[in-house]
Amino acid sequence: MYHLDNVSTGSSFLEMLDMLNQRLVEQNEEPVVFDSDCREGICGMCSLYINGHPHGPVQGITTCQLHMRKFNDGDTITIEPWRSAAFPVIRDLMVDRAAFDKIQQAGGYVSFNCGGAPDANATPIPKEIADVAMDSATCIGCGACVAACKNGSAMLFVSAKVSQFALLPQGQVERKARARAMVKKMDELGFGNCTNTGACAAECPKSIPLSNIARLNREFIKAKCAE
Amino acid sequence: MTDPKQLKDMIDSSPIMKDYADIESYKLPEFQVDSKIPEGPVAEKWTNYKAHQKLVNPANKRNLDIIVVGTGLAGASAASTLGEMGFNVLNFCIQDSPRRAHSIAAQGGINAAKNYQNDGDSVYRLFYDTVKGGDFRSREANVYRLAEVSNNIIDQCVEQGVPFAREYGGLLANRSFGGAQVSRTFYAKGQTGQQLLLGAYASLNRQINKGKVKSFVRREMLDVVIIDGRARGIIVRNLITGEIERYAAHAVVLATGGYGRTFFLSTNAMGCNGSAAVQAFKKGAYLANLCFTQIHPTCIPVHGEDQSKLTLMSESLRNDGRIWVPKKKEDAEAIRAGKLKPTDIPDEDRDFYLERRYPAFGNLCPRDIASRAAKERCDAGFGVGTGNAVYLDFKYAIERDGRKAVADRYGNLFDMYQMISDDNPYETPMMIFPASHYTMGGIWVDYELQTSVKGLFAIGECNFSDHGANRLGASALMQGLADGYFVLPYTMQNYLSDQIKVPHFSTDAPEFDKAEADVRARIQRLMDIKGTKSPDEIHKRLGHVMWNLVGMGRTLQSLVKAVDEIEEVRKEFYSDLRVTGRPDDLNTELEKALRLEDFLVIAKMMAIDALNRNESCGAHFREEYQTPDGEAARRDDLYMYVACWKYNGDNAKPTLIKEPLNYEAIKVQTRNYKS
Repeated sequence: MYHLDNVSTGSSFLEMLDMLNQRLVEQNEEPVVFDSDCREGICGMCSLYINGHPHGPVQGITTCQLHMRKFNDGDTITIEPWRSAAFPVIRDLMVDRAAFDKIQQAGGYVSFNCGGAPDANATPIPKEIADVAMDSATCIGCGACVAACKNGSAMLFVSAKVSQFALLPQGQVERKARARAMVKKMDELGFGNCTNTGACAAECPKSIPLSNIARLNREFIKAKCAE
Repeated sequence: MTDPKQLKDMIDSSPIMKDYADIESYKLPEFQVDSKIPEGPVAEKWTNYKAHQKLVNPANKRNLDIIVVGTGLAGASAASTLGEMGFNVLNFCIQDSPRRAHSIAAQGGINAAKNYQNDGDSVYRLFYDTVKGGDFRSREANVYRLAEVSNNIIDQCVEQGVPFAREYGGLLANRSFGGAQVSRTFYAKGQTGQQLLLGAYASLNRQINKGKVKSFVRREMLDVVIIDGRARGIIVRNLITGEIERYAAHAVVLATGGYGRTFFLSTNAMGCNGSAAVQAFKKGAYLANLCFTQIHPTCIPVHGEDQSKLTLMSESLRNDGRIWVPKKKEDAEAIRAGKLKPTDIPDEDRDFYLERRYPAFGNLCPRDIASRAAKERCDAGFGVGTGNAVYLDFKYAIERDGRKAVADRYGNLFDMYQMISDDNPYETPMMIFPASHYTMGGIWVDYELQTSVKGLFAIGECNFSDHGANRLGASALMQGLADGYFVLPYTMQNYLSDQIKVPHFSTDAPEFDKAEADVRARIQRLMDIKGTKSPDEIHKRLGHVMWNLVGMGRTLQSLVKAVDEIEEVRKEFYSDLRVTGRPDDLNTELEKALRLEDFLVIAKMMAIDALNRNESCGAHFREEYQTPDGEAARRDDLYMYVACWKYNGDNAKPTLIKEPLNYEAIKVQTRNYKS
């Protein structure tokens, strides 16, 4: 429990933590460890469970985009690290999300070597399809979906990548293998199952919709049937 | 304008300055650089190079190791492509995943000379715009190659599944950016950097899965290891355990980004730093044109002393937003006092100063020009907000195209603005002000992207190569990916072709022992200071010095003062720094302290470089050198060269080496965005 005075309403949540750490250093104490990098909501490095919500009480933003004007003078704020067995805590508020990289490494790509691409306009893609693919591709890999889920499931994260490639013509060749490989890796790494509670989509800072999970289920069933 | 007597007094009163102000004493003409520009007309140089370069056969590639430091657009694309070719790649980043690198934050787009819009674009025109935008201080051959491979980048990214914006017919959409009269910018909403980086990250993941690339996260490079005159490895600190680790390879590639955080406040991520560049500098790599730092015109203004970083509003907003300040000083004063709202000012009392001064390019003039024009208006007393802000107004676009069309184009940017400032840009104009954003200067490289140290390469923002004195919007993504996908994979083979007999290196070599011992001593020295100031406190002080004295407008006087004040900050750093915690443990304060120590080196080199360049060009505006209407006045007879700096020791003066710039394909002229 720390007490902090004179926090400006224009400060971001992480600037408030910077202030706290500055004060701790002044008192010759070690600062509270937390992850952050771009501080504009796109790198996915920041996390934090704030007052019971991943990335805090405001929907559709990351912790680094949360501002202190959203709190009241005198509030007590509870801050926890991501809650999930697949994201072990490293120190204080910092967790290890290497499991996410491992899922992507299992199949989150189009297998093609640099240099041999056809002209970019050779294959027209309907705008509607490209836009939906973009909405899925907008995932920042922060892990809020896993932290929000009572089962610690990574389905929203996996489904966003599987959807992006399932929608685009470039992803068709490896469509089935990809769905199988990414789901298999997800299961291996200790993420829980999906029970469709929708907490992931409700807390996702990029508002990635639950329809991605429905698409992943269809992709996975089709892929398994084809085995 | 500098008063010569005042300046002389100032120099005389400072023993350090007496030494540093004498620029003549840096020049040692016996040193020369070899930029290795291929023979032939500019349009044929790259083709000729590729036709005659040496290759490495597939069996030998398997025996060669390459270290790539950094996982941004340049680092990830280089690591994945080198892996695809068959080399063994060791890839490092300071974040918890390669996908976090700061390229991810680039919003607006990536340029390419596709001419899909049939508006007269071509490789030559992209090349010309880039050289002109850079105010004739970039290397012609490099820029032509950049424009040439730009089209391959778009093909490559589409094939990776990057969801670029499209028209209803299914073909790719484009928009225009500053410094161009064509629409050649490809984009994915306001998240182009994210999508391109995730594309490169996907390719990288494929190679990691295949075992060709080994990924090391949360590692920070603290030294380059040189064996027999060639870069053969690196020393890194494991940021989780605090352990010092050694890695060896046949070649080392730095893709470590820019040094924009020298200013403390910038649009860069918190972890962005210039440390790899400084380590390379100390091992013999030249730093070049460090005074060319880009101040981006459209950032959200500073709110207070606790601020940790500034947020950029994409340049694409200048396609539809009109920039203005009140025409009457009393209106500006009333707005600052809160007595008037911007919407109270009628059109005839608004000064659209960019449209007024630069009718041909208007709100889309290059960044350096737009930034200085904003500063000029604010300095003259017409600023709004705190006095250091101007308006970017979408009222006109909303009236013309409707609110929905504007929301489709910029919705996420408007939301971001509202979140930070608590103002609704659909109803009231945005407030913007310039902020440190990108660094054109950096590690000197030759045409092959090799530094002055053999086997040490630098790609992406960390090198100096393609943008001259000013970078055009949507060209950073282009350069990062050009270097990583299409240039380095070729030139690397040329370097490694005679290294195929060299066996894998052992990290037990005495050179590694010494480098590790040096790193440990350096860390211990910082831990032992045991002063009272946190690294952030000292960094903020450095930032104030740099912004005020080496910022948008520089004078001989301000630069002389800057060198002096940087020295003061340096003294404070070494006498009063406090690093809490232990060195052999996770220690975020130690990370900051090590980076700050290197920013201090860069800060001084920036001031010295700016002091040397007695002209205004691009982003480097020396107030003594301007035309009667306030435009930058270049001095081509004296400064048409790359200023390369060679390290001679922490307390010794660097040596200045000049690489002359020759323009064969383009006629050098004064930049004109007026007509």
